[in-house]
Amino acid sequence: MDKYDPTQQDDILGRIAEWRRDGRRIAVATVIKTWGSSPRPVGSQLAIDDSGAMIGSVSGGCIEGAVVREAMQSIQDGKPRTLDFGVSDEQAWDVGLACGGEVKVYVERIEGQ
Amino acid sequence: MQAELFDALMAYREQKRPVAMVTRLEDGAQALVTPSGTEGALDLSNAQIDEARTRMRDDRSGISADGAHFTHVHNPPLRMIIVGAVHISQLLAPMAALSGYAVSIIDPRASFATEDRFPGIALSDDWPDEAMEAMNPDSRTAIVTLTHDPKLDDPALHVALKSDAFYIACLGSKRTHARRLERLREEGFTDADFQRIHGPAGLPIGAVSPAEIAISVMAEMTAVKHGTEPLRAAA
Repeated sequence: MDKYDPTQQDDILGRIAEWRRDGRRIAVATVIKTWGSSPRPVGSQLAIDDSGAMIGSVSGGCIEGAVVREAMQSIQDGKPRTLDFGVSDEQAWDVGLACGGEVKVYVERIEGQ
Repeated sequence: MQAELFDALMAYREQKRPVAMVTRLEDGAQALVTPSGTEGALDLSNAQIDEARTRMRDDRSGISADGAHFTHVHNPPLRMIIVGAVHISQLLAPMAALSGYAVSIIDPRASFATEDRFPGIALSDDWPDEAMEAMNPDSRTAIVTLTHDPKLDDPALHVALKSDAFYIACLGSKRTHARRLERLREEGFTDADFQRIHGPAGLPIGAVSPAEIAISVMAEMTAVKHGTEPLRAAA
């Protein structure tokens, strides 16, 4: 019987390893801080490849579009980025969180094999 | 993330060993921290390594107080190994599973560790030392012996005390426990080993029924996991 295991993370890193073996260029975004109500806890990850394919999540879908854009930049220039999202953000109207929470997301390129 | 660190991170995960990735947010420099060492280009102070290990124990990723570093904890699932498929185990196993533990029960005696008595729980009818060695307990593993039978509990304890298990508990009265420690001493174990054993198992909450004893064990294990351990019985 398969039991739901709340301690088991989604295996984003396992999928990234598969992408790497396929020679894809990859960046990963990680939730590093949250304030108030936010849909994904610290440590949640979203992986993106240079074609825009993604696995995992850093929110309920509210900020993934903006994160993917930054991740594609990071794949190009190799520089890590720290992104802030929230209702207090000036960008709130297009990429804010409907839940009223705030999140900080770190984006980095994963170097190839 | 450098290729070597990614490969190392994946290797730790595949071996189900706890590891934390510490990232300096300013420039992306990184280091891996394990319970026994560090690797990677980012130099960490002892205080930063301690913080990473505390976060691993608490299973709590997060950024440092000064906002400069992020520690990402990659822990294997918490595990509980129960020796003895007895009545208390029938309460303890589902309580631990509900709390997020991957539970295994070891009992070589016929008609104890049966699917009927323990639906959905991983069962082993191997001898406890062999079964325990195969399970390779680590710092995210709790071990509880419940048989009262030295032939079964003692071999399990030998393996438990040589492991990094974060919680080791043995059911039995104070007299039973004193005799257990005498036997272990004859086997070469020392007071430092005995400090790791919680016996009699569980917090002193006056538990009588199997469910109450299971609750006392769950509570004690939780306190130890979080490094609080506030309620040892007065000697």
